[in-house]
Amino acid sequence: MRAADLIRFARDAATGNPLRTGLLILAMAIGVAAVVVLTALADGARRYVLNQFSAIGSNLVIVLPGRSQTGGFNPGNAITSTPRDLTIDDAQALLRASAVHRVAPLAVGTSEISVGGRLREVMVAGTTADFIAVRRLTLAQGRFLPPGDWRRGASEAVIGARIRDELFGRDEALGQLVRVGDRRFRIVGVLAATGQGLGMNTDELVIVPVALAQAMFNSNTLFRILVEANSREAIAPAKAQVSEIIRLRHEGEEDVTVITQDAVLATFDRLLGTLTVAVAGIAAISLAVAGILVMNVMLVSVTQRTAEIGLLKALGATRATIRNAFLTEAAMLSVAGALLGFALGHAAAALIRQLYPAFPALPPDWAVLAGVATALVTGLAFGVLPARRAALLDPVQSLARR
Amino acid sequence: MTAPLIELSRIERVFHLGDSQVHALQSIDLCIAAGEYVAVMGPSGSGKSTLLNLIGLLDRPDSGSYRLAGRDVTTLSADEQARVRSERIGFVFQSFHLVPRLTAAENIALPMVLAGIPPAQRGERVRQALRDYGLENRADHRPDQLSGGQRQRVAIARATIMQPALVLADEPTGNLDRTTGEDVMRLLEDLNRGGVTLIVVTHDGALGARARRQLLMADGSLQQDRPRSGGTRSETCALPT
Repeated sequence: MRAADLIRFARDAATGNPLRTGLLILAMAIGVAAVVVLTALADGARRYVLNQFSAIGSNLVIVLPGRSQTGGFNPGNAITSTPRDLTIDDAQALLRASAVHRVAPLAVGTSEISVGGRLREVMVAGTTADFIAVRRLTLAQGRFLPPGDWRRGASEAVIGARIRDELFGRDEALGQLVRVGDRRFRIVGVLAATGQGLGMNTDELVIVPVALAQAMFNSNTLFRILVEANSREAIAPAKAQVSEIIRLRHEGEEDVTVITQDAVLATFDRLLGTLTVAVAGIAAISLAVAGILVMNVMLVSVTQRTAEIGLLKALGATRATIRNAFLTEAAMLSVAGALLGFALGHAAAALIRQLYPAFPALPPDWAVLAGVATALVTGLAFGVLPARRAALLDPVQSLARR
Repeated sequence: MTAPLIELSRIERVFHLGDSQVHALQSIDLCIAAGEYVAVMGPSGSGKSTLLNLIGLLDRPDSGSYRLAGRDVTTLSADEQARVRSERIGFVFQSFHLVPRLTAAENIALPMVLAGIPPAQRGERVRQALRDYGLENRADHRPDQLSGGQRQRVAIARATIMQPALVLADEPTGNLDRTTGEDVMRLLEDLNRGGVTLIVVTHDGALGARARRQLLMADGSLQQDRPRSGGTRSETCALPT
């Protein structure tokens, strides 16, 4: 039997019983649509978290004091074994690197803030003007720390939204004098509320010039240096350049750890990617159910068409021809179901995106491909048994059936 | 006379119904020459349909040998038998056995479709067959839109579209009224006059009497093998002793 004839024959057989065919395609479509929609949700969650995370600042390279890698003998270690601290000079030196766009030193400590008899413990971050750009923060009121010499700084502070609410309530906070530790600061800006984010909670932060923070905590070390690379592609060169500059400044000793945001993102990505796969697996169960349905319906179809199968055999159809006819029919039903499910799933995902624009519910391509492929494979696999049964029917007994 | 087309010797066919055995065919020896017109008659249950199925390679004997056109076909595989059916044997059934979702033309073309004949060639042969059987304006009708006689004409067209040497008809007029049955028989007999070997199973004595050779069956064995009065038995087909 020629392929085109086989397909036409199977198509006619399928359309000969529209209700049965329709229900079967629907079952297959629901299975595929389930895969598409569920993976769209899971992958949407992954993208959502990644978006939130990258809001901390994109193209970020972070320098931490102390080394976390195990290395071999280093001549620097022979001179001194004490890790050197990160200093403001180190941070300033990083600005020379070609791949580096902005640098913000960060000195962190806890202190007390008081105004008008109110007192609370706060986290104090000492930094410079570029911090707001590097961390992608926004101001609700006023301005950020002014640019200028990193070793000095006016006694000005920027406070988080929650601190503002708790210390000043409905009163004007800008221009007010507050006491932080043993120093007085004028409030020049209020950060926009960000809610509970990843990393440090900027709503409960007091930001002051880095030199003043170091004086307050009586140290000249930095907690971190935040480095923004020129672009996403520049992250790796920036990391290398930063390591090299610090190493040269620290007498050849690699006593800092440089991490990129990409590494952190990659961890989250893997985590939530696994979740997507798991969800796709769960959805695939519905495809297996649809496959069993295909088998059931095809078996019923073989029983209903027994006389026809007997006739085909009498007319000279070989077993292979009859098996192929039924397999082709199962495959066509699966293909139709998979295509319909593909469309339904994408429509549902689009609807979710319409309803929740912040949530990027897009099914990943691999999941869509896997869903459609699973539908075809299950349809064919579960079509084999009925097709075999049809092929092995006894022609005499089949013809006797009406 | 031509060489024998069908040679059956010592054919046995036993059906198992629960514990009991039914000898549907017992020690059948039969020889039919090409071009013969044979009627197989007998009461129901006499084994005439079983014999026809066996000759049509739809069934296998439990013992004995069957040579079709000089070739032993009992040992062929199922697929080889299917090819023999496709090329050499046409079937006409009492209940027509048309595929209900296919049109008359598609039903006629079915054996060629199964045999993998190219569509262009199929179309030409189907048109010729529709003309031959007076079905030109019924080509696109489905079986449920056709009368009984038209359905059987479609079935005969289908049985002969592969130009088989042998046409087997099992009660071809059983579901038809007298005049339509008469038309159908005439069509089959025309085929026979064209050289096709025709074997008709019937329990209608009048119908059987039209054949040049009549086989009478009872209880699974051949009771009588007689030529129509005045005819002669073919010598090439002398039964083995």
